[in-house]
Amino acid sequence: MNRKVGAFAAALAVLAVTFCSAAWADWTLNMPRGVTTISPEIYRLHMLILWVCTVIGVGVFGAMIYAIVTFRKDKGAQPAKFTHNTKAEVIWTTIPALILIALAIPAAETLVKIEDTRDSELTIKVTGFQWGWHYDYIDEGVRFYSFLDRESNAARRLRSGIDPRSVENYLLNVDNPVVVPVDTKVRLLITAADVLHAWWVPQFAVKKDAIPGYVNEAWFTATQTGTFRGQCAELCGMDHGFMPIVVKVVTREEFDEWVAENAAPTMTRSN
Amino acid sequence: MSTTAIDVHAGHHHPKGVWPWIMRWVTTTNHKDIGTLYLTFSLVMLFVGGALAWVIRAELWEPGMQFVQPHVFNQMTTVHALVMVFAAIMPAFAGFANWMIPMLIGAPDMALPRLNNWSFWLLPFATGLLILTFFLPGGAPAAGWTMYPPLVLQQGASLPFSIFAVHLLGLSSIMASINIIVTIMNMRAPGMSLMKMPMFCWTWLITAYLIIIAMPVLAGAVTMLLTDQFFGTSFFSAAGGGDPVMYQHIFWFFGHPEVYIIILPAFGIISQVIPAFSRKPLFGYAAMVYATAAIAFLSLIVWAHHMFTVGMPLGGQLFFMLSTMLIAIPTGVKVFNWTATMWRGSLTFETPMLFALGFLFMFTIGGFSGLMLAIAPADFQYHDSYFVVAHFHYVLVPGALFGAFAGAYYWLPKWTGVMYDEKLGRWHFWLSTIFVNLTFFPQHFLGLAGMPRRIPDYAVQFADFNMMSSIGAFGFGAAQLLFVWIVIKAVRGKGEKAADKPWEGAEGLEWTVPSPAPHHTFDTPPVIK
Ligand SMILES: [Cu+2]
Ligand SMILES: [Cu+2]
Repeated sequence: MNRKVGAFAAALAVLAVTFCSAAWADWTLNMPRGVTTISPEIYRLHMLILWVCTVIGVGVFGAMIYAIVTFRKDKGAQPAKFTHNTKAEVIWTTIPALILIALAIPAAETLVKIEDTRDSELTIKVTGFQWGWHYDYIDEGVRFYSFLDRESNAARRLRSGIDPRSVENYLLNVDNPVVVPVDTKVRLLITAADVLHAWWVPQFAVKKDAIPGYVNEAWFTATQTGTFRGQCAELCGMDHGFMPIVVKVVTREEFDEWVAENAAPTMTRSN
Repeated sequence: MSTTAIDVHAGHHHPKGVWPWIMRWVTTTNHKDIGTLYLTFSLVMLFVGGALAWVIRAELWEPGMQFVQPHVFNQMTTVHALVMVFAAIMPAFAGFANWMIPMLIGAPDMALPRLNNWSFWLLPFATGLLILTFFLPGGAPAAGWTMYPPLVLQQGASLPFSIFAVHLLGLSSIMASINIIVTIMNMRAPGMSLMKMPMFCWTWLITAYLIIIAMPVLAGAVTMLLTDQFFGTSFFSAAGGGDPVMYQHIFWFFGHPEVYIIILPAFGIISQVIPAFSRKPLFGYAAMVYATAAIAFLSLIVWAHHMFTVGMPLGGQLFFMLSTMLIAIPTGVKVFNWTATMWRGSLTFETPMLFALGFLFMFTIGGFSGLMLAIAPADFQYHDSYFVVAHFHYVLVPGALFGAFAGAYYWLPKWTGVMYDEKLGRWHFWLSTIFVNLTFFPQHFLGLAGMPRRIPDYAVQFADFNMMSSIGAFGFGAAQLLFVWIVIKAVRGKGEKAADKPWEGAEGLEWTVPSPAPHHTFDTPPVIK
């Protein structure tokens, strides 16, 4: 009995140490709130369902732990004889159903917003290929390829001898980032040239598959300037881990300048 | 011809010599022999799949590429999944079904013994075929266990081999399922109505139907891949007028039920173990049966929740979100009923109960993350990230695998005639529990922080959690050696002699026969009142 308690305490201690040290280091434990009009809404949805699960978990795990601690044979517990209890069963079927409805309503509302790609002010065609991205600003005439940056690409070779920690934004940096204006509804037309890929920037809460023969739509309106990073999220062969996405959100003026500079038919590494 | 006192198969004629011994196992039609073959095979495969996982976790130990090329890494993740799903977990439960279903329903054997032999013996060859692909030009399959086209069609020589292996594995499990259905429907002892069957038989009956519905669909999907690659069709090639997304729909029509094919038999085992060690009958037996059936039905209409990011119409996304959320209701009923079974019981905590409790806690965690994944807008963030990896490993490892361990410890005395080493069993439980959480809990954080799955290398901010996860994986794998040792000890007859009914609170026909169970049981059916 004591030994069991000891083992349990040891297990708890390990978990506790794990979580405390996690809190001290600058590790991310949660989904980012994001920098677009939709991303905080998805974050709130995530937190809502997480809290619902936590509350139910406290109840269910609490009941389990109470049963384990209380109804022990070594404490002289005598088994009861009941085999069912209709009232309890109706309750724990109905209440979860109500909770699910309460979750489904905000989820459906957010989903409707996410799918509404109307009234976009800028359209970028995004093409995934093995292994990089091609961006085509349809109305602005800017198009370019975007590959993993040179430093990461050298360091990520098998036994390269280069410490990844010495590379800035290791595996999350590209030669040519996407540039978009802030507070502008940007529509992405996502497709692929060879196999499946997926365009994912966590801070935008946008993840959409790039599929040969399909043009998928996604959109975002960034609400702050800055550089935001993501990766391909659909297995696409050996260099799937090495085709990051970098988006620079800039002011309208900076964006117009950037377009003016790059509207020429060619740019680095494009053809 | 001899019989030995400590032999599991006491009372049966045993030929001497290596060749006759081999032929005995190759030609056996006895449900207990075949159960043993399944269980042994699955335990071996657990270590094969585990070795592949160790390569994965070694490469992910720290940022940078240290051990294998990315292409090899992709082979590891792909074959790890295929081996664990089709060669370790599914055969483990088929082993339990073979050993226990006839004894639980008072039948002398499975209904179709020769089919039974063939179902098993397809397995080692199918799995062998799959593993042999490592030695082909281009290596083993590397497009993920989901085998999505067009990527899978870039695979090279391993493609036809892995497709044929999938066909054989599917054939094996379909035949096993037919056998289980026929056995349960026709061979129950007089007086054992369906609603008097032990829960394990119910969950397997429903699983068997799911297998028969789902497996041929997978076979169809991979056959279309085969013809796309070699016979000029373009089912999944957009350039030829086909549709790569259609493959995903077909695959997940199999793939989601597959999740329940894996977990329902574990539900059944847990429903046997918890009442036994609570000394109290299973709470809400009828509700448990209906909940299992409801889960199975729902599992057939939720498949596209694996594909929220492919660009489905809004209506489709809403349907699959809502239908998926519904699964939480019958699953909740299961968890609540298990808890209610313990309520006001008289609990003891032998190893089977420890694993059942581990299952109860950690499967519920996997259930929670499953509910989170069902919420489509949030899934856009979780999808294809390590959050998903954490989710399904919680369901599969401390879920399905812990269920299998609970069953193994529960019935080992009946199989071997001796009590396993209780002290080592508890060690096995605690080490497994600590390490499994160390492996998979941090992966939730990795996924939320934005780490995609199936990548061989990662940005440095993911380093610490990955190292934790790797430590957990190495520890978990090593802890399973303890299980092998415990089983070997019991099989060799080392340990206290087991009574016919070694567990005070256990109920069921299997405890009315001697321990070890003689080679033939219930030649005359028992009568159930
Ligand atoms: Cu990719
Ligand atoms: Cu599913």
